[in-house]
Amino acid sequence: MKESHFRKAGRARVSRRHFLAGSSALAALGAAGGLPLPLRAQDGTPAQGGTLRLGLHNASQNDSLDPGSWSTSWTGASFNGGIYNNLVEILPDGTVAGDLAESWEAGEGAVTWRFRLRPGVTFHDGKPLTPEDVRQSFLHHMKPDSTSGARAIVDQIASIETEGEDMVVFTLAEGNADFPYLLSDYHLSVLPALEGGGIDMQSGNGTGAFLLDSFEPGIATRLKRNPNYHKPGKPHVDEVEFISIPDATARLNALLTGEVDFIQDLDGRNIPLIERSPDYVVQRVPSLRHFSFDMDTTVAPFDNPDVRMALKYALDREDIIEKVFLGEGRPGNDNPVAAIMPFHHEMPQRSYSPEKAREHLAKAGLDSLTVDLSVAENAFPGAIEAAVLYQEHAARCGITINVVREAADGYWENVWLKKPFCGVDWFGRPTLDWLFSTIYTSDAPWNTGWSNARFDELHALARAETDEAKRREYYAEMQEIIHAEGNTLTVAFVDWRSAVSTRAGFGEVGGLLPLDNMRISERMWAES
Amino acid sequence: MNRTTHPILSMVLSRLGLGLLSLVIVSLVIFSAVSFLPGSYAAAILGQNATPEAVAAMERQLGLDQPWALRYASWLATAATGDLGMSFSGRPVVDVIGPRLANTLTLAAITAAIAVPLAIGLGIACARWRGRLIDRVLSTTTLASISVPEFFVAYVVMMIFAVKLQLLPSMAGIRNGMDFGEQLIRMILPILTLLLVILAHMLRNTRAAILSVMASPYVEMARLKGEPEARVVMRQALPNAIGPIASVVAINLAYLISGVVVIEVVFVYPGVGQAMIDAVRNRDVPVIQACALIFAAAYIGFNLLADILSIVSNPRLLHPR
Repeated sequence: MKESHFRKAGRARVSRRHFLAGSSALAALGAAGGLPLPLRAQDGTPAQGGTLRLGLHNASQNDSLDPGSWSTSWTGASFNGGIYNNLVEILPDGTVAGDLAESWEAGEGAVTWRFRLRPGVTFHDGKPLTPEDVRQSFLHHMKPDSTSGARAIVDQIASIETEGEDMVVFTLAEGNADFPYLLSDYHLSVLPALEGGGIDMQSGNGTGAFLLDSFEPGIATRLKRNPNYHKPGKPHVDEVEFISIPDATARLNALLTGEVDFIQDLDGRNIPLIERSPDYVVQRVPSLRHFSFDMDTTVAPFDNPDVRMALKYALDREDIIEKVFLGEGRPGNDNPVAAIMPFHHEMPQRSYSPEKAREHLAKAGLDSLTVDLSVAENAFPGAIEAAVLYQEHAARCGITINVVREAADGYWENVWLKKPFCGVDWFGRPTLDWLFSTIYTSDAPWNTGWSNARFDELHALARAETDEAKRREYYAEMQEIIHAEGNTLTVAFVDWRSAVSTRAGFGEVGGLLPLDNMRISERMWAES
Repeated sequence: MNRTTHPILSMVLSRLGLGLLSLVIVSLVIFSAVSFLPGSYAAAILGQNATPEAVAAMERQLGLDQPWALRYASWLATAATGDLGMSFSGRPVVDVIGPRLANTLTLAAITAAIAVPLAIGLGIACARWRGRLIDRVLSTTTLASISVPEFFVAYVVMMIFAVKLQLLPSMAGIRNGMDFGEQLIRMILPILTLLLVILAHMLRNTRAAILSVMASPYVEMARLKGEPEARVVMRQALPNAIGPIASVVAINLAYLISGVVVIEVVFVYPGVGQAMIDAVRNRDVPVIQACALIFAAAYIGFNLLADILSIVSNPRLLHPR
């Protein structure tokens, strides 16, 4: 019954953390008959067999089996999650577990990492998995001219060696206690090595739960069950079809006419329609995705911490969530770290307060403030409406916000990281280290001028620290710093919203990455 | 005019030459337009991994760091040999577009095979029985179907046949080696939608073309001679109306190849239109160029055919005053 409770918990918009705490209470309620749960494939134990059809939206005719080229949830879920495996996987609860690796250990300072491969794993063609396959799969991303999406990760690896029949040893340029987490990145799939170096990116031969049956770039991919899969009891279905449906309305129609069992990224306006019907459920999975208004702190007036604070207090997040996102979302707390992330630090919620905003303005020596806020319809869904509401909120604090509507096409090239105050749609990163070193440390590629010496220092300390309690302490302080002085004004965190037919079922769903951390095909089940 | 060559042949040759020139101009316009768009293939493909370093490395590999005039020249040089080159993803453009083009052509051919005879037949009927019931009904309904946007027609058709009656699938997507029978069934709704859209246009133009000829004095003469009305329409009026009818049919056939993007999106039909959208989103210039050439060639080709037909049916057009 756990599955349905999770779903119910999702419906009530409770984070997984709260859900876990409250699940016993819910179980009691459920036993008392307090929850009218639909009794279909989604309840009870996973069914075996059948076909699962997934309607997803970002397939491209350029898709290929080269793991370095993947950048979408389509390639991640159909290739990485369907036909390949990584050394490790992220479980639905956000913890990291061995996949092709059975166990691992870190040397002193988290510089050397030894991964022991799981015995008896074979590729689809029967060839046993060897450390050389793993090594070549990593070298593919580490070539000097590599354009791999995993480059930022593999740049940390100084060398990779095989040892004996079942050991892979990574030596990092500097210690990183999160290294196993990074190996779950969907680019880092293990493919069979070729004689004389390189990997086989043509055949679709992998270790994964499914065999590649048919692949038409930008149209559909069909996978068939791998009878020799190394995870007991998985996959649940005999066949899974990934079907590309780029248009949101067409996707909804496909679900309603029974063409697919699952659709990704449900439009918020369609949620009532889905929820009225007994044949479908809305799946809400807390994610790392968040919408923010980011400031360039090298530009006046955003270089003044009190101005930043005034702007943060001048935003009524609840109002925007209710009116723009139709209640779908959780208020941000000027901390880019999602509540589902390990080492998330709980801080008092910052809420709308014209008095405090004026106080900070006064501290900055200003009676009034005028700023330009750049947004476009694709800055994040509802960005323009959110900015207009913010304008109203801020007006009551003595702050004039000019909402500048930018062109949607080219927003990410011409506005983001260029205009000093603009809306951003962040998909997050599964670890704090990764998130901070991409966006918030002084040398991060997407940093917008914000620099804090203590923050950088803590980041380096936490990276090499293997003692969990100490890391928690460092990360808590870093989040306090961002919350107090940072350049990001987080409006809301949103869920992965999908609609699922009652023909199909799902258990606890992970949200660090889309589509159940990309492993939807082996984790969902269907009526046969 | 050179009397020694066949006049129609020389017209066709000169038109083909002009068509080729138009294709080059179209390719130049599209190429420069895409180059001026913000963003690049590298940034689009790398998405949230698009750090400046990675983008620069990929652009260097694809030659995107070269000035656009140079890139256009090298593209044109290979295209001139009939080689559409490689997509930025490393697959030959022909492989990327080929299956999509086949899908588009199948849908267009079936639709045209039904729509053209039906539209012309009904148009003639409307002209023959002008003002009678059949004319009034068809004129009103075609006016209605021409006035609503095609996506609306598509959704109405889908709502009736797929959602309410559940007779037909809502997705026309042909995938994973479906057999031809299932493909045909899946194509019924898009074909129906396209029929409703283009039938009206062709029918109304056929009717108008015939009726305008019917107002000429020689038709009056034929009537006075006692020819039966059906014969007047078919033998006297229709041959002189072929020119305008052929050109409206040409426009609609070209539309079937290049303009059905909306229908493709609504019915999830993997045709060239979707390929072009995908390519534009990713700034995959070689694929965009190939799609543009296909679309332009369709318009130029069908219009040339229509002109030839008009001239054959009315040689006076060879000697414009």
